[in-house]
Amino acid sequence: MITHHLNDQLLMAYSAGTLPEAFNLVVATHIAVCDECRARLESFDAIGGALIEESVGDALVQMGSDSLAQTLARIKTSTPEPRKRAAAPPPRERVLPEPLRSYIGGGVDNINWRPVGGGVKQAILPTSENATARMLFIPAGAAVPDHGHAGMELTLVLQGAFADGHDRFARGDIEIADEDLHHQPVAEPGLDCICLAATDAPLRFRGLLPRLAQPFLQI
Amino acid sequence: MTIANGVKWADLLARVADRQDTEAFAALFDHFAPRVKAFLIKSGADAALAEECAQDVMVTVWKKAAQFDASRASVATWIFTIARNRRIDMLRRDRRPEPEELDWGPEAEPDQLDTLVLQQESERLITAIAELPEKQRIMIERAYFGDLTHSEIAEETGLPLGTIKSRIRLALERLRHSLS
Repeated sequence: MITHHLNDQLLMAYSAGTLPEAFNLVVATHIAVCDECRARLESFDAIGGALIEESVGDALVQMGSDSLAQTLARIKTSTPEPRKRAAAPPPRERVLPEPLRSYIGGGVDNINWRPVGGGVKQAILPTSENATARMLFIPAGAAVPDHGHAGMELTLVLQGAFADGHDRFARGDIEIADEDLHHQPVAEPGLDCICLAATDAPLRFRGLLPRLAQPFLQI
Repeated sequence: MTIANGVKWADLLARVADRQDTEAFAALFDHFAPRVKAFLIKSGADAALAEECAQDVMVTVWKKAAQFDASRASVATWIFTIARNRRIDMLRRDRRPEPEELDWGPEAEPDQLDTLVLQQESERLITAIAELPEKQRIMIERAYFGDLTHSEIAEETGLPLGTIKSRIRLALERLRHSLS
């Protein structure tokens, strides 16, 4: 059962469309596995709808005089899209759901891992430069180097589980860390831990070596 | 409290979906196109660009009418999501990947009761937003329409980030209370 969810701020910003791509990817991937946050997102979209309904207000905005005619002319040449066909449900046990699969080009076996030390591996995903998204592989029982954050870091667990001294995070759980949190995630024994993480600023590691390695490893 | 409006828009959209009814489309256009244009202007577009993009949004409404589900969203909410996506393209903002859809299973007509409840809640939400204290309502509008992050709102308004966050939090609490 998922116990760590998206917060209002992230859901509202995702609904408004103002997040960097890397964060959008983490939010969308969490929603793919979390019905509760999917329902909450619909509420935030409904706020957007209510605002649209009310958005004319005092400053009366009008469409151009031949606007409807122009639009009708465009419609004449367009083909309506069919009702969505009922498709087979994507298997929920699949480790990587959409939209993450599209960023990787498949499943876990298609991830192009690079070792970052201590058995930990990562793969940077192609997103805009406003924030960085990466897949993280933490061997069962291993630790990610102790680090803090200059900005915000989102970590979504897709396989296995980790504890960071504050809480436990398992499949579907999302950890939202800001500059106030210094943490050292440790994967639980058993399954290797696979996460999707996004940061909007480079991580700050406490030890000397990780800090030196940071510019090279892009972590 | 009335649910007449929400149901009316959903019925008009169903006529567009079922028989490409241009009269129904014109009624939807009259109501929603200026609202979408106002939304795009508040997001930073000039009048000409907003006009063009509002037309694009209405063309998409026509094309995707069959995909609208009145038991899951109001027409205004559905059009908001189309306008939001158009704005992201218009302002060349970051891509916004979406989760895989859940609407699989045997194809069914939307449940009438679900539809009524959903449309009723949408009307209550509109009223509740209109009744928010002005300072809170403005913050919510900026978060959606201004194309700004909370930090950017702080820079623009000169208000501390904490004040902005607490106004938004208070507004959400009021909206939840009014819908519960």
